[in-house]
Amino acid sequence: MVIVFRQKPAILACAAVAGPLEKRSVFFSYFDKVLEDERVYEQTNEKGQMALVRETCKVLLEKAKVKNLDIDYLLSGDLVNQMTPTSFAARELAVSFIGLFSACATSISSVIVASLLTEVGASNLAIAGAASHHNSTERQFRYPIDYGAQKPATAQWTVTAAGYVLVGQYVDGSPYIAAATVGKVIDYGQTDPFHMGAAMAPAAYQTITDHLKQRGQKIADYDAIFTGDLGTYGLKILKAMFAEDGIGQEDLKIIRDAGEEYYGEDKRFQAGASGAGCSASVFFSYVDLQLKTGRYQKVLLVATGALLSPLSYQQGQSIPCTAHAIEVCV
Amino acid sequence: MIFSFLFAFVVGGLICVVGQLMLDVGKLTPGHTLSTLVVVGAILDGFGLYEPLIDLAGAGATVPITSFGNSLTHGALAEAEKHGLVGVLTGMFEVTSSGISAAILFGFIGALLFRSKGTID
Repeated sequence: MVIVFRQKPAILACAAVAGPLEKRSVFFSYFDKVLEDERVYEQTNEKGQMALVRETCKVLLEKAKVKNLDIDYLLSGDLVNQMTPTSFAARELAVSFIGLFSACATSISSVIVASLLTEVGASNLAIAGAASHHNSTERQFRYPIDYGAQKPATAQWTVTAAGYVLVGQYVDGSPYIAAATVGKVIDYGQTDPFHMGAAMAPAAYQTITDHLKQRGQKIADYDAIFTGDLGTYGLKILKAMFAEDGIGQEDLKIIRDAGEEYYGEDKRFQAGASGAGCSASVFFSYVDLQLKTGRYQKVLLVATGALLSPLSYQQGQSIPCTAHAIEVCV
Repeated sequence: MIFSFLFAFVVGGLICVVGQLMLDVGKLTPGHTLSTLVVVGAILDGFGLYEPLIDLAGAGATVPITSFGNSLTHGALAEAEKHGLVGVLTGMFEVTSSGISAAILFGFIGALLFRSKGTID
């Protein structure tokens, strides 16, 4: 389903904060702040994630020079049970809050909801975005890291990072959300939770194809198409799917993946980065700057999410995935 | 002497290769891999096959987790001979209790002294 925004909901400010290990990220210099401690000096990883959300929103408010009481809505979510880190951070921010779950695609689904609220005039300033925390996500979806379980080469590294945007009424010169596509849930029967890229690539393909088709566009109309966290193998699969459609190598070059690039060539991170904070921290720092400096005029941001739970996987079910996209212009 | 080293390396290594294949090719979880190897060790000893393996390979057969299964069966059978059916129950943990206690104790000490963190170094 493609939504075309007439009021041009604008991205007024962006903020990205990352954990200490993310100093190794190639996007490091674009982050607003890097935390010195993985748990932000809190007692548990989950409390650390709450602090990460809170800190990132604080940076965002400072950058936009607004106060939390000026914010109409906070739209966000995370990967931990019942999304308590985000809900608890919302408690401290004291703003109207809707928790959203699209797994790692929450970074974009939240922006779509914020844009809709802005479009209908229900919101003047809305914060949207997502966070992920390495340790708490590993415990949630795989094993507690204390267990030291081996991971195959297709596994990805959940980042400790958060990215948030301030969505508001259009101001001249600011990047704005021209259109959005809410993704369908796609399932190719993939069952390996250590190969999310393969599960998510078809969802990204479907959403991008739907968006281009309904908007009457082609890949070359964009300066860049960014996917969230397909990783090395997922990006290869996505490009292979487009290549089958007869898309040339030149056009495929503009398709980039935040997760694949996140840690550069460091193979210790296996197939690259993942997590809602991966796409959020890259989209809302690096990509935002490319738009503001004029290097990009039109980008498609596509965040992919694997909609599994530890229970669904243990019960032998396949991994359904989704992808949400926003078309950002300047 | 040199042959006992060689057999320890080959046998121990092969057991680990089987475990790695179960993880990578069989896509089993670490928990499933571990318990399957324990059960295999227990069954092998039930047929009297694990003891010759230890004679051949020494630590190559006693260090991998299959040896834990072997010890379970071994203890149970030995005690059963002395005390009958009740011996099966008491015997299982007679030989393995040192391993279990050590795991609990060192796990506890480790948890007291260190905190886990996600790092790649």
